[in-house]
Parts: sequence; structure tokens; C-alpha cells
Amino acid sequence: MLSWLPENVSTYGTDIDSLFALIYYITGVTFLLVEGLLLLFLILYRRRQGRRAAYIAGDRVGELTWILVPCALVLVLDVWIDVRGTETWEKVKGHIPPAEVQVRVVGKQFNWDVFYPGPDGQWGTVDDRRLENELHVPVGQVVEVVLESQDVIHSFFLPHLRLKQDVVPGRKIPAWFVATKPGRYEIPCAELCGFGHSGMKGWLTVHTPEGYRDWVQQQLTALPPAQVSAALSTTPH
Amino acid sequence: MSDMVVAKVADVTPHVYEELGFWRKYVFSTDHKVIAKQYLALGLLWAIAGGLMAYMMRWQLAWPETPVLLFRWIPEPFMYDGYMGPEFYNALVTLHGTIMVFFVAMPVLLAAFGNFLIPLMVGARDMAFPRLNMLSVWVFALASLVLFVSFFVPGGAAAAGWTGYPPLSARAEYTGVEWGLNLWLIALALEFASFLMGGINFLTTVINLRAPGLSMFRLPLFVWMQIVAAVLFMLSVGPLIAGAVMLLMDRLLGTTFYLPAGGGDPLLWQHLFWFFGHPEVYVILLPGLGIVLEIIAVFSRKPIFAYRSIIYATIVAGILSFIVWAHHQFISGIDPRLAMPFSITTILISVPFAFVVFAMIATLWKGAIQFTTPMLFALGTLANFILGGVTGIFNGSAPLDIYIHDTYFVVAHFHYTLFSVTVLGGFAGLYYWFPKMFGRMLHDTLGKVHFWLTIIFFNSAFIPMHLVGVGGMMRRIANPLQYEFLQPLQPLNVWITVSVIMLLIAQIPFVVNCVWSLVAGVRAEQNPWRANTLEWSAPSPPPHGNFAAVPVVYRGPYEYSLPGSAQDWLPQDYEVLTQAAARS
Repeated sequence: MLSWLPENVSTYGTDIDSLFALIYYITGVTFLLVEGLLLLFLILYRRRQGRRAAYIAGDRVGELTWILVPCALVLVLDVWIDVRGTETWEKVKGHIPPAEVQVRVVGKQFNWDVFYPGPDGQWGTVDDRRLENELHVPVGQVVEVVLESQDVIHSFFLPHLRLKQDVVPGRKIPAWFVATKPGRYEIPCAELCGFGHSGMKGWLTVHTPEGYRDWVQQQLTALPPAQVSAALSTTPH
Repeated sequence: MSDMVVAKVADVTPHVYEELGFWRKYVFSTDHKVIAKQYLALGLLWAIAGGLMAYMMRWQLAWPETPVLLFRWIPEPFMYDGYMGPEFYNALVTLHGTIMVFFVAMPVLLAAFGNFLIPLMVGARDMAFPRLNMLSVWVFALASLVLFVSFFVPGGAAAAGWTGYPPLSARAEYTGVEWGLNLWLIALALEFASFLMGGINFLTTVINLRAPGLSMFRLPLFVWMQIVAAVLFMLSVGPLIAGAVMLLMDRLLGTTFYLPAGGGDPLLWQHLFWFFGHPEVYVILLPGLGIVLEIIAVFSRKPIFAYRSIIYATIVAGILSFIVWAHHQFISGIDPRLAMPFSITTILISVPFAFVVFAMIATLWKGAIQFTTPMLFALGTLANFILGGVTGIFNGSAPLDIYIHDTYFVVAHFHYTLFSVTVLGGFAGLYYWFPKMFGRMLHDTLGKVHFWLTIIFFNSAFIPMHLVGVGGMMRRIANPLQYEFLQPLQPLNVWITVSVIMLLIAQIPFVVNCVWSLVAGVRAEQNPWRANTLEWSAPSPPPHGNFAAVPVVYRGPYEYSLPGSAQDWLPQDYEVLTQAAARS
């Protein structure tokens, strides 16, 4: 089953995948044992001529033990999964490491608007750049994505990075990741957001460090001259 | 002849049920059994609608941008010569969920079985409030009508998902749906009102109208499951009704309870909806488990293992179900510190349910198992429910939910729990109580054909759906081919769709069986399965008023294969004076 997972390209994706594997094996073995026992009983205790069912009410402690022990085992496995889960959650969601690249993503019916602070590195200045459905980040750096929505709830989903976060109007919700492999990955919207929900997607491009530097350069030079000069004039150098 | 029966009843009881005309007997009836059949008929009609919607959705997912076979007749603006628009797909997604949960599972599992069986199982002549009962079914009929009409208003039916998350659901311009969504909300409100009346009736009947000798701990587990479900429903539905009224006000009066621009909060709805939503899952789950427990006892000819502890475990699960709701919201924007407490309660809820499952399996141990059609469906329910249970652990784990939330893994999980318990469990109940309801047996071989086809194609459809979810496919998208990373999953999608089509076709033997058996089935004796519970002490089908004389109860419901007794069953109302049999 786990082989159906898309390739993982984020740091914490490994933790999520190994938790997935842990739960898969724990529940898988439990499932097979319980179904096996069920099947065994169905075969062994099918009705046969001259054999009567045993009268067992199962209300005495000695009898109850037969199911209380497996239940205790289930509890132990639950606690194991909870403990591992808490560790993983803490790592992924507990705190956001200091951002090396910060991006704003605004969901709207039916696009992702991606904002960069522009050459001045400051938000809310004229050189802020808006890209449609294009998110570019360097490999190996902490990227913080601040998620906002203009209209309805969307969900920012990066299947290859094991990241999903609902985007709720009225809130700024931070998410983060460190990509481990350059490439292009889809960013579908995972929450029903209207008739254009199906097909609402953007692209994440993970660059090598040099590639990211080049991309940043090109984005600046690609600016219309008026905007560049405006950007420069308002930016102290 | 009917005079004689009435006279005989009149000898022993002051209740006299006069012969009624057609309208008061079959339409405006206060008889709990007729009301049960009305709920059953409405629920099964909706099940056909919900099933056909599933077919249309699956067609679209397997072969997007091709006309849906057999459905080219659906007019614009829903379909364009068989080609489905995304608005219509969203309406199907929304209504399939709404219909299956609120208009199939609830009327069939709770209302139909609850209405038919509770008075019979507690030895009462009818519900405590027969007129309220009639009102409840007519309010439900009105809710059905409103929901039906919502398809035909301009703008189409509700298209914001069965969970109706605002702001999408709160402003018409976001979905393009005007009155469709208002009517959807009104239909739900009416449906809740109907089931509140039903729940009050169930509780009052069980508390006040039990036959002499029938203490609470001699009640069949089906009755216990129904009353726990009724309490869960009554305690949880209030917040949702409040939430629904606020949503309707946002839509109609311009309030902004859920709109941040006006100071509202979209997450408020999610909390209210899921505070109801999770107990609601158990409201439809428990009656199904109750059916399975009754049937397993009868056809393994054994007492239910740990009867009382099952009741306690169910109550524990019911209480826990009120503190797990945010597991639907791990990534919804709630404070991340809230997630793990809810994740832990969610995963812990596996313990009481594991107890019930183990008790079911322990009941089979050393039994004399008869594989009748109802037993096959009950065992099928159990076997498939276990898979639904273990996949719940994946979803309940907050870090894992980051990835699998809103994917087909979730869809596969809740179909394994809900389809197995409500559909397979519902079929188990129908095959088992059909003789009592209609006085004729269903055909056994046809029933077994129905069972095996259903089990095979159900699993063939929904096991691969887990893989599609692991592959990352999102719920509620109309066209997976729009995404590059979903391309490798498309063969699985086609496989699932073909299986779903076969699963729908596999229901034909059941329909044929019902129709044929109603007309020409073998007449059922009073107690064809040799069962202990009180409904089998009434004639098949029971007349208005149920029992010739109110039964007196001497023991618990599962005294099968009692040592020292010649036969392997001992009905609750048989008076036996030996010491061994007097044990309750």
C-alpha cells in the first residue's frame, strides 16, 4: 500500500511516512489476526449434527479476561501510536523554524496568488511581486508560506512534501517546509471551493541554490522598467 | 373472522383496535409497524437515488469528459447531452452524502427498524406517543419533499459538500446555488425535528412501556443500541440546529456569523457541525451493530458474550464521541496544540469498539453457527467493519491526517464503516425481520447470491480506493486527469467504477427477492429462526396492538443452548419452573 505514496521530497515527509508505515504494520497485523480468528471460528464452530453450542455468557471475570486482554493490547498499541504521533506532530506543527525564504500565498476562486517581497525584502512595498500559480523556492532552505484566502476555504496541498493546510478567509495561517530535491511539483486545492475546485492548482518549482539565485534575478529584470525604478526609488540601498 | 380475533383480544386487555379504512390503516397510521414500513419505503427510494448518484460520480471519475451512460436524458444545465458540468458534480457529491446519511441510514436503521422493533421487543402494544410517531414520519416525508424539490429550483441543488462549509455555503455567489442550498438546510432542519420526535418516542417507550419482568438489563442489545443512539442524537443535534439557523440567516438576512468580512468566523460552523457530526456517526452505527448482535446470537445459538459489558462499552464510546470532533479539523487552522488531545481521544475510541468486536467474535466461539442469509450479512458486516475500524487509526493520527485528510483514503474509511454497518447490517436486519414484518420468508438462495455479489464487489470497489487515497487523490474533484501526479492512479479509478457498477447491479436480486417474496414467498411461522426475543412471540406479521396478551418476561434475551433444556432456545416469555432455567 505504501508504495502508492508519491515520492517524498521534504524533510519532515520522512517522519510522516515512517509514522504511516508504523500504523500500517500495527493495524495490518491486528487486522489479519482478528480476521483470521473470525474465519477460524466460523470454520471450527459451523453447525454440525449432534453438536450443541456451549452456554457461555461471558459475564464472569475469568471469561471476560479473554476479551479484556486483547482490548488492553489494543490500548497499548494505541498509546504507542499516540506517542509516536505526538513526536511527529511536534516536529511538523509544534513550531516553525526561522524562515530563510518567506512567501505569501493567497487562495481565491480558483487560483493561488503567490507573493514575494521583491528585491527590498520588505512586505507591503511597491516592488512586491505577484505570480499566478507559481511558487519558486530553493532546495534545502526553510520556506515559510503564510496562507490567506480572499473568498472561501481552500486547502494548500503539496502531496510530494506531505504538507496540507486549510486556507481560511480572515486568518493568516503559517505553514513551512524544507524541500529536499529540485523539481516541479503540483499544488492542488484539497478543499471543495466551488465549481472550479477541480483543476485549481499551481506549481511548486524547487530550484538548486544557483538556480534560485538566477530565478530571483530574472524575476527582477523581468519587471517593467517603471516598476523597477519605482521599486528602487522607494528602497534604501 | 376478524370479529373473533378482536373478541379474543378484548378478553384479556382493555385495548381494542378497530378495523380501519385504507387511508388510516396504510397512510395516516399511528401503528408503529406501518410507520416503520413508511420510513423503510422512503429510505429505500432515497437509497436508489443515492446509489444512482454514486454511479454518475464514479462514471465521471473514471471517464471524465465522456457522456454518462444511460443518463443523457438529464437536461441542461445539469448535463449537456450526457456530459457533466462541474456544478452538477458538486451537487452530486453534496447530495449523495446528505441522502445516504440523513435520508437512507437514519430512516432505515433508526426509524424503520427502531419503530418496528422497539415496541415488539419491549412487549408494548405501540409506541408511547403514537400520534407523535405519525407526526415524525410526516415531517420526514416533508423533509424528503423539500430535498427533492431542491433539485429543480433555478441554480440547482446544494453544491457546497454534505458538510456545507461556509463561506462557500454562506453566500450564493460562491457556488451559484440560490434556493437549492436554502432548501437543503430547511430539509435537514425538518429531518432533525422528525428524528428528535422519534428519539423522544423511543426513549419514553423503553423507559415506560416495558412488559412485566423486562428489566433494563433484560433488554435486547438492539434496543440498548437504539436508546444510546437516541440520547447521542438528542444531546448533539442542538448545536447543529443553531448552526444551521445561523447559516440560513447568513444566506437570507445578510448576517455574517460565518463571514470574516463582517466579523464572523468560518471555523465556528465546523465546530458546531462536527460536535454533532461525530456522535451522529455513532447514531447510525449503533443500530446496525445492534442488528448484528441480535443475529449473531440467534445463528450461533449462544448467549451474547459479555452482554452487560457491551452496554457499558457502548456508553463509553458514546461519551467519548463528544470529545473527538476536532479530528475533522486537524489542518483546518485550529491552534496546533489542540490537535493531539483530540487525536488521542479519537484513537482511544478504538478500545470500546474493539471490545464490542471481540465480544461478537467470542460469541461465535464454541457456537453452532448456521450460515443463513441474515447471518451471512451479519458476519459480512463484522468482517468489513473491522477494516473500517483499523483505517480509522490512520485518520485519527493528527500528523498522518496532514497528508491523508480530504483524500480518498478518508472516503474509503468511512465507506468501510458506514456501508458495512448500515448497508450490510441493514440487509442483515431486513433478511432477518422480513418474515416478521411481512409474514413471508425471503428466498434464501437468492439472498445468498445477493450477499456474495455484494461482498465481492463492495470490497473490489473500496479496497483499491484506499490506494487512490494514499496516492494523494483529493475528494470532491470532478476530473482527476487534470492533475499530473494522479495520472498513475487512473487505472485504479476505472477499476473502482466498474466495481461500483457491478455492486449496483448486484442489488437486483434483492429487489426481485423482495417483490417476489411479498407476493409468493413461503408464509412465515411465528418464530422461524427459533429466537428468544419478544417480537417472535407475536404473530407474523403482528396485528395492530401486537400481542394477544402482553407477555410476561422471565429472563434475558439470549438464553440459547441452556444446559438441561431439550431445545436450544428459550424465549424470554416462556415460564419454566426449573432452577437452572430461571437464571436471567
